[in-house]
Amino acid sequence: MTTHPQSATDPVIIRASSVCKSYDEGAISVLKGVDLEVSRGEAVALCGPSGCGKSTLLHLIGGLDQPTQGTVTVNGKGFGSGRDMVHFMRHEVGFVFQLHNLIPDLTMEENCLLPAIAAGTKRSAALSRMHELAERTGLEDRLRHRIQKLSGGERQRTAICRALMNRPGLLLADEPTGSLDERNSGVVFNLLLGLTHTEGVTLLMATHDRGLAAACDRMLEMHDGRIREDR
Amino acid sequence: MIFFRLILVNLLRHRIRTFISIAGIAFSVAAMLTVVTVLEGAVGMFSSILSSGSEMIVFERNVSDLFFSDVPPVAKDDIARWPMVSLADPVLFGVVSSADHPIITCFGVTAQDARLRNATWDSGSAAGFSADGNAVVLGARAAEFLGTSTGKDVPIGHGTFHVIGVIRTQNGFEDGGVFMPLAEAQKFFHKEGSSVITIKLRNKQDAAAFKAQVHQHYPNLIALEDAEFSRSYSQFKILKATAWAVGACGLALGGLGVANTMIMSVFTRIREIAILRVNGFANRQIAGTIFGESAIVSLAGALAGLAIGSITLYALKAIPALHGYVDVTMHPLLMLIVVLLALLTGVAGALYPAAYAMRIRAVEALRFE
Repeated sequence: MTTHPQSATDPVIIRASSVCKSYDEGAISVLKGVDLEVSRGEAVALCGPSGCGKSTLLHLIGGLDQPTQGTVTVNGKGFGSGRDMVHFMRHEVGFVFQLHNLIPDLTMEENCLLPAIAAGTKRSAALSRMHELAERTGLEDRLRHRIQKLSGGERQRTAICRALMNRPGLLLADEPTGSLDERNSGVVFNLLLGLTHTEGVTLLMATHDRGLAAACDRMLEMHDGRIREDR
Repeated sequence: MIFFRLILVNLLRHRIRTFISIAGIAFSVAAMLTVVTVLEGAVGMFSSILSSGSEMIVFERNVSDLFFSDVPPVAKDDIARWPMVSLADPVLFGVVSSADHPIITCFGVTAQDARLRNATWDSGSAAGFSADGNAVVLGARAAEFLGTSTGKDVPIGHGTFHVIGVIRTQNGFEDGGVFMPLAEAQKFFHKEGSSVITIKLRNKQDAAAFKAQVHQHYPNLIALEDAEFSRSYSQFKILKATAWAVGACGLALGGLGVANTMIMSVFTRIREIAILRVNGFANRQIAGTIFGESAIVSLAGALAGLAIGSITLYALKAIPALHGYVDVTMHPLLMLIVVLLALLTGVAGALYPAAYAMRIRAVEALRFE
């Protein structure tokens, strides 16, 4: 995969070009030539039916998987051997999944601190950041609670805190409200959007909920492995 | 701290599995500790029989067992006259039998022998030991299992001997043995000389000169310092090697238990490992959690094993039939080696699980929500 020598001041943070992804030696084709550019600080919603390739595209942009064809760059760099993937995961990108993917036996506080532990952040700085995020997500009284004791909405808010812990420039959210009721969906989405705006984070969010998607800066419509519309 | 919690949480999540793994290591460590301590103790006791009141031992070169060694009396008489020699005690080792006890160690010694001098006499005395050719002194345990006491006659082999005393030592082999006058033992075992001569030098620094002199005058004999003998005697080497081999097998089984636990641990939390990876954990950090778990299991097992081993050894010592044969002194170095081996085994058991964990791809683990 090629590496584009672009500076961090490049207004485009994500650039995908003719991206294809297939499985089983081409038998299952999920992405069929996706072209995409996302600017820094933008909140972009990826809409489309199940199986259209939204999650796969997020995985490719997050460096979790590699395209079969085409190129994906984030912050001007591809995901070839020249890139420090551990640094990328720690400092450049945050993930929020449909299922919260928290570690159930740890407390809310401990889950939030995981990225800081991975990055070797000083304890005082990590705690300060965690308290700041907990306060902004309304979880300051849940710090010592185990994940099993939290409600669905609280768990997803914890996942958002964790994703933003190391101040990444890009947040990838895969159906972040998919497992929540309508009221909690609204709360979590507004929080997500508010936090990304105030922190200057770029948000790329896969969602079925067009109502929520409409609140983003841009909405992309995916269908059958391609981006059909850009609104 | 949270990194440690991550390790601990996983161990506590499957308490029974963790407990079984710790128990596996603990029993392996206890087995190794017990077997090695008992055999080292036995070797130590046998060595102490030889080194009683002496610092060197002379015996026939190239014999596989001291029971087969035959040092001629002329050599003993000559060596005893060397100026550097303070004492030269001949000892003839043999095995005798009585009606219900087919194997009793017999020591053919002189009345001046250090073993008799240094023992606690329960009854009788060494007076008349050499004068009465038919006299024997019994170790306290031998007197007990032969059902006899001072002043009585006791059948040994084809003869009947008169018990002139009962002695007590800290050594199980001596306590369970029969002490015969050397001349009587030579007749009994059809030997002219003795198995060994234990030597006390006037000056310990003459050891090298003494060895050289023995080699020069009696090339078919060999003189070794006591510690040197214990290190080089093939029977001791075989016993020690066997003890360590048995212990190592036990530890290997414990290690397989840890490996199984760690493999199960990784398999049951593939998704969790994927979450750690997505949150920026490097391979070495993920491997660190796996090795951390195995290290805790191994360390806990090793400590429990030390406790179980100690209890077992003290229990063995308390059994009357084994009195004096089991030395429960656990050397700190042995304990350290056993703990380190347990840790090493645990870490080795975690190698494959850690390698597997490092290969887990987050995208595959997270795809199936």
